[in-house]
Amino acid sequence: MHIPDGFLSTAVWATAGAVSVPSVAYLARKSHRALDDGQTPLMGVMGAFVFAAQMINFPVGIGTSGHLVGGALLAVTLGPAAASIVMTAILTVQALLFQDGGVLALGANVFNMAIAGVLAGYLPYRYWGGSSHRKAAIFSGGFLSVFVSACLAMGQLLLSGVPMPRPVTYVSLGLFAVSALIEGGITVAVAGALERLNPSWVRAPEEKPRVGLGLILVAAMLLVSLGALFASSLPDGLERLAENLGIAGRARNLFETPLADYQARFLATDWVRKAVAGLVGLGVVYAACMLIGRAVTRRAAVSRSG
Amino acid sequence: MLHRRDARMKLLALLAVLVAVATTQPFGLVTASGFAALLGAGLLISRLPVTGVLARAAVVLPFTVTFAGIAWLAGEAGRAFALIAKPYLSALAVLLVVATTPMPALLAAASSLGVPRMLVLVLQFLYRYLFVVAEQAQHMWVAAQCRGAALRTSHRAGRFRAASGTLAVLFARSYEKAEGIERSMLARCFDGRIRLLAPPRLGWRDLALLAFAAVAAWSWRWWVAS
Amino acid sequence: MSVLIQASDVRYRYDDGTLALDGVDFQLEEGETVALLGPNGSGKTTFVLHLTGLLQGSGEITVCGMPVRKENFAAIRAKVGMVFQDSDEQLFLPSVLEDAVFGPRNLGLPADQALAHARQALEQVGMAWAVAKAPYHLSAGEKRRVALAGVLAMSPQILVLDEPTTYLDPPTQRELIRLLKELPQAKILVTHDIAFAQALASRAVFFERGKVAALGAIDEIARRYDWRL
Repeated sequence: MHIPDGFLSTAVWATAGAVSVPSVAYLARKSHRALDDGQTPLMGVMGAFVFAAQMINFPVGIGTSGHLVGGALLAVTLGPAAASIVMTAILTVQALLFQDGGVLALGANVFNMAIAGVLAGYLPYRYWGGSSHRKAAIFSGGFLSVFVSACLAMGQLLLSGVPMPRPVTYVSLGLFAVSALIEGGITVAVAGALERLNPSWVRAPEEKPRVGLGLILVAAMLLVSLGALFASSLPDGLERLAENLGIAGRARNLFETPLADYQARFLATDWVRKAVAGLVGLGVVYAACMLIGRAVTRRAAVSRSG
Repeated sequence: MLHRRDARMKLLALLAVLVAVATTQPFGLVTASGFAALLGAGLLISRLPVTGVLARAAVVLPFTVTFAGIAWLAGEAGRAFALIAKPYLSALAVLLVVATTPMPALLAAASSLGVPRMLVLVLQFLYRYLFVVAEQAQHMWVAAQCRGAALRTSHRAGRFRAASGTLAVLFARSYEKAEGIERSMLARCFDGRIRLLAPPRLGWRDLALLAFAAVAAWSWRWWVAS
Repeated sequence: MSVLIQASDVRYRYDDGTLALDGVDFQLEEGETVALLGPNGSGKTTFVLHLTGLLQGSGEITVCGMPVRKENFAAIRAKVGMVFQDSDEQLFLPSVLEDAVFGPRNLGLPADQALAHARQALEQVGMAWAVAKAPYHLSAGEKRRVALAGVLAMSPQILVLDEPTTYLDPPTQRELIRLLKELPQAKILVTHDIAFAQALASRAVFFERGKVAALGAIDEIARRYDWRL
């Protein structure tokens, strides 16, 4: 789900941007490990491949068809850091050339799909990829990459105050699950076909299989994204939490001091209090994802260089 | 006249306008028409086909109208209007810049504005090979159809497998293409660093464009808010 | 006549175990044009990739007196200009001019000098009008010319052209022949297009299963192997 400009509240798109920009810079350095531009052709052409792949329809039944999104497939072939950069490039081109997703909303879309989505798509493979559940790992990677991104996007819309009655949220959740299942299926099928062509294209997972940890991580990912979704549909709850912790008040002071008079009046409105509370909630989710991400990429780098 | 302006200034002007549109609250008909007038003026001096650009920006509508509909049913008519007007005007602003700037110039500008060099290079390669790979995908798909991939007799599982096989081969071709590119780079003494051409010098017209867009959009925003 | 390339007993095995080159000897002299002929998969392209160290097997190769080794790669690649079969893979930068500048910049020339070389090379191949064009929008013949210009801008002594007539219509092929005839460099043509080879080369080397099966005057070789349509 590509969020266009004008949907997200300032707090949400600004926070997402503030998280995505340094993350992308960090990942760019990380995936630049060869210290030269020699691997950028592969990443660029793979981005073009994902674009082209989206033109090919997969029949999924009752007259409908789906297509590859690609986050998980890129992660198991190029590795998570490079896959994030490629997805970022894809989202940028989609926003600029095809008006698929906004330019200010790029921070949010990159966070949802290129950072959290790719990470969620890679984690199961990392811990199960070497086990006999290899196919299940790739499948759940494909599933999670789409499901997590969609939940985060939905959560950001809710946080921004886009009205969405409960039934609509449930129906959307169902639709997310269906498209996530399709992505899982396509990712397994394509990864399998790739391995038959050239086994070295699907990289070996860096970890020895640890099914238990993998399961916990997958469950955590699902819970975090669902939790984020429902927490954001209950901003009052989050707000109360933030107020209990005294964060909202402090945040308001922080906002008030440097700003001119009329804006302070503006800040006192309900809308801003909600936004600040939302921002804190979103920040908690982001921080969790970032910590997992950092840990994974750092350890991946260590095991690569070692 | 927009075509000749510096891409860096156009990008900054775009950001100024987008942020103004995004942060204006509330966003009613009057507010929207002010921004629309600014973008309309840009559209006229750009000499782009007006109806074409207006129609192109409408690709955001299916998504936005859905949510606006929900908002309207929920009794928030003002928000419903904003949910249509803001995305449409933002898309129009993006189109105005993208349609008057060649992609390579846009990427060079992004690079000199601090976008990580690696991301810019990946974007450059992505854009360069987008249509090359897409054409290949199209040929392969047609070939697969000719061999009967779409025959009514073939089962869904069979067609699913055919599609994934096609993708795997397309992946292989793309991989080979990337290896070929790298080889041709090495053959021309590539030493690990792609040197991008330096961006052209800024003229006063470029600065004036940025100043005008930023001042117009932000003074309108402040005037509406106060 | 001085010898530009001297290769002896070059062997190469692909990762999957297939023997691609099985003891190839080869020599190229200044100013001459040699055609490498032979069936698909006989090792012609694999061999020319060894000349600049893009592939490395066993055996001895010297280019302009320098053995092909890592420390000489930069100097050798500046002397040997390679035009690959797929122009799309060669023209990877966003505009024609940037592509032609890529080589000279890698040689360490300052920007203005590199630009001058690039423009001159584009002039030489008749593509100066296209400096600002995106390679994607060029025809196959134009792409081939730009690829050649990108190599000529580095002022090489030897040109290696891999299947240069692929995708070109007959008048465009004729143009390419005329253009190549004017260039003073020694040339190696890897091609299946015997008419093209005969128009440019005096000598031919015939590859078969990774070995040089025969070498000599091109007309003689073509006759011996019945190498015609």
